[in-house]
Amino acid sequence: MKVTLQNLTKKFPGRGRKSREEVIAVNDFNLEIPDGKLIGLLGPSGCGKSTALNLLCGLLKPTNGRIFFGDDDVTDLEPEKREVGMVFQNYALYPHLTVMQNILFPLQNLKGADRLSKEEMQKRAFDVARLVQIDGLMDRRPGELSGGQQQRVAIARALVKMPRILLMDEPLSNLDARLRLQTREEIRRIQKETKITTVFVTHDQEEAMSISDEIVVMKDGVIQQAGKPQEVYDDPKNLFVARFLGNPPINLFQGTVKSGRLYLADAPVLDTSGIPDQEVTVGIRPEGFSLSKDGHFVCGLDRVEVMGRDVSVIFRHSASREPAARAIISAESQTDLTSSEVRFDLKPGKVFLFHNETEERIG
Amino acid sequence: MQSETTHKKTGKNGGRILRVLTYMLLAFWGLVVLFPFYWMVLTSIKSYGAYNSEYVPKLYTLSPTLQNYADAFTAVPLARYFANTVFFTAATTALMLAVTVLAAYAFARLNFRGKNFLFVLFLSLMMIPNELVVITNYVTITNLDLRNTFSGLILPSVTSVFYIYLLKENFEQVPDQLYYAAKVDGTSDLKYLIKVMLPLCRPTIVTITILKAIECWNSYVWPRLATDDPQYYLVSNGIQSIRENGFGRENIPAMMAAVVVISLPLIVLFLFFRKMIMAGVSRGGTKG
Amino acid sequence: MEKKSLKGWLYLLPAILFLGFFMVYPLIDVFVYSFEENYNFASQTYSGMGSYNYSYVLRDPYFLQAVRNTFLLVVITVPLSTGLALLISVALSSIRPLKQLFQTVFFLPYVTNTLAVGLVFMILFKRTAYTDGFVNLLLSWFGAGPVDFIDGPYAAKLFVLCLYTIWVVMPFKILILTSALASVNQTYYNAARIDGTSRTRIFFRITLPMISPTLVYLIITGFIGAFKAYSDAVALFGTNLNAAGMNTIVGYVYDMLYGSSGGYPSYASAAAILLFAIVLTITCINLLVSRKHVHYFS
Repeated sequence: MKVTLQNLTKKFPGRGRKSREEVIAVNDFNLEIPDGKLIGLLGPSGCGKSTALNLLCGLLKPTNGRIFFGDDDVTDLEPEKREVGMVFQNYALYPHLTVMQNILFPLQNLKGADRLSKEEMQKRAFDVARLVQIDGLMDRRPGELSGGQQQRVAIARALVKMPRILLMDEPLSNLDARLRLQTREEIRRIQKETKITTVFVTHDQEEAMSISDEIVVMKDGVIQQAGKPQEVYDDPKNLFVARFLGNPPINLFQGTVKSGRLYLADAPVLDTSGIPDQEVTVGIRPEGFSLSKDGHFVCGLDRVEVMGRDVSVIFRHSASREPAARAIISAESQTDLTSSEVRFDLKPGKVFLFHNETEERIG
Repeated sequence: MQSETTHKKTGKNGGRILRVLTYMLLAFWGLVVLFPFYWMVLTSIKSYGAYNSEYVPKLYTLSPTLQNYADAFTAVPLARYFANTVFFTAATTALMLAVTVLAAYAFARLNFRGKNFLFVLFLSLMMIPNELVVITNYVTITNLDLRNTFSGLILPSVTSVFYIYLLKENFEQVPDQLYYAAKVDGTSDLKYLIKVMLPLCRPTIVTITILKAIECWNSYVWPRLATDDPQYYLVSNGIQSIRENGFGRENIPAMMAAVVVISLPLIVLFLFFRKMIMAGVSRGGTKG
Repeated sequence: MEKKSLKGWLYLLPAILFLGFFMVYPLIDVFVYSFEENYNFASQTYSGMGSYNYSYVLRDPYFLQAVRNTFLLVVITVPLSTGLALLISVALSSIRPLKQLFQTVFFLPYVTNTLAVGLVFMILFKRTAYTDGFVNLLLSWFGAGPVDFIDGPYAAKLFVLCLYTIWVVMPFKILILTSALASVNQTYYNAARIDGTSRTRIFFRITLPMISPTLVYLIITGFIGAFKAYSDAVALFGTNLNAAGMNTIVGYVYDMLYGSSGGYPSYASAAAILLFAIVLTITCINLLVSRKHVHYFS
């Protein structure tokens, strides 16, 4: 099911005693979510991603704009009529019901012609339980399950009514690190098998990048950029997106463009064609450095962290915005890393230039 | 956002009708609760003559009078009942606090032989209904010649095992480190209790004080057993004796004036400390 | 004993003295009293030990009347007040405007003097030579009555007693239930809504199981409280409850101890112990039944 958001806006009345101004949680969203894809809504807390999700499922009504599932305008539909499945952050499993009863719950709500026979309900429940691999736990209560198992039950309950789209609110945030890795693969697999258009919300960029077909980066209620994870990473539209994606984070420098050249603290480091002369903010991905004996980018070496396959080089440079910057280079590069100085060449594709005030990407 | 999601329940007509029914139910119960209060105030400002001439009671009065309040204070020693109750409430509550705080501190903070056994014993006392012990207390107080004295009124009303339990639980939430720090500084136990524990556990202290004060103000059974001299009547007994012996004649407006005067202090207290009282009751109160 | 131990006992001394003197000793003593036959209050002598006091009480028509009244009161008021409180609490939790006002008003009976407001109820319901009273005025609008609720037929008196009892116990129940309802996580309701669960199903399948421990607590304390009813009856019908035919078990205990028919602590003790036995039995039954039907979760 394709999902289309048109000029979607949600305003909340101001709550503060002093500032009675309204809060714009979601501001003029325009987005098309292709059928059968897994979409990650990504942003720092308070950016409006959860509000966007609640607009999608109908728990909130937008102030402006429309929502389409396929060609159906669902904007004014109540949540129960939208045929969405939702996995809540704390799973919202009913503690007094068994796993089986929890999964059956949505089916038992159906009335009239939609209502399935008892056998059919059971079959559907078992099918979906098998899909998420909890069919052995059907008689347990949620309190007797691990976090990961509860998560699966929640997914099963959301899927059992065969929703048109599946929504997940921070699905992994309640799991420990190891389980998180495992579960995100699991979500990916389930989504691939069911081919249900899925939107999930997260503040963890790594999580979003690793399993999404597309990510949507948000800030202050505004979509900053949407696209395939790698494309967004390689081609950020502005400084916020560049900084939000990538771990370790991008290194920032203060630079100058002068007659087709980028200077960092008076040293020419890169050719830049077609950019007018100006002061710029320079972002360089940690993997955008390569060691070179006669590189133009000369830095003071701080220390080296060996991480096996890669080596992290921590260095200082007078143009750097932070006290230290980090380069990640392959462990095989044979260079003396014991001296107090280190020289780099920059990989053009990993260097982004941003306007100093607007923070928009200019090159 | 949460509140908004709860509110836009299935809209349109069904929702609106339900909303109207909801408010009607609440308004109805509000009326049931408030009407007796209205009636008591209304009757208390009707004149004796006017009240008795109303064969069909009127829901309002056009000639309010305060004469009944004057009668209530002059014809019966209402002021005395009042003063007795204030003294009884203050003394009982203060004694209860002292006893409770010391005991709770001992259970929560001090170590001594037999502590756990004693605590279990205390807990089991919580299940003993007052009706069982009141009989012997009555005999004891009579034998000690304490009937119609404040000691006889107050002493048996002091103990509240439940409050000891409540306060002990609260005391135990104060981190041990504070105690050790105080010990290192050479603070005595009593000083630590007064300077550190009490301020930290103020909400619970306030809660049990208020609950005990309400209980004292409204207590009826024990004061009735322990006193038969109007000199020592509390308001509850006073109101009952007004009811039985009246003002020489059956003077209902004056009786209602007395009822208003008696009810007012707690209602005012409640309106001032509404949040605190309601939180306190939901934590540890029962009506009984 | 070492010094530290001494300090602990010292802090506990006041509590131990008070509890020992006014609770533990009386508790033992009440059993002793209940078996001392022909105890004379004035001379404090008795003729021997035996179960005569119990058999006397159990044959006393006033006691049987009191038991009947108390049981009727319990059976009528506990389910009604709990159900009504649940209804009102659900209504309260579903609204926002005026919520605080309603909560405040509903709590008022808790902080009023039972005796004092009981008088108001008496006046509202009483029929005298001078006036039929307010409630009879209401009844006359519907073409019914007049009925004397205070000195009239038994059913009418029981009705007022139940009504006043419910009025008195409602604030506590509403308060406890409202906070129980508020503590149910909102996400459960959101999840249920997305799954298209009907209101009634949400109430019976989610809300009710979630607050069932609170309900059980209220029912048990409600039973215990109603069995100990006394001051409400005194407020409505005066201290001579036997004459009014509206005595309760607790009232019987006090009447035996004190008042016009008083001076028999042995009979009072026997009656009090019988009451305790009844309450204990009912509470145990309550606990056993609820165990099967209540969901407790950590």
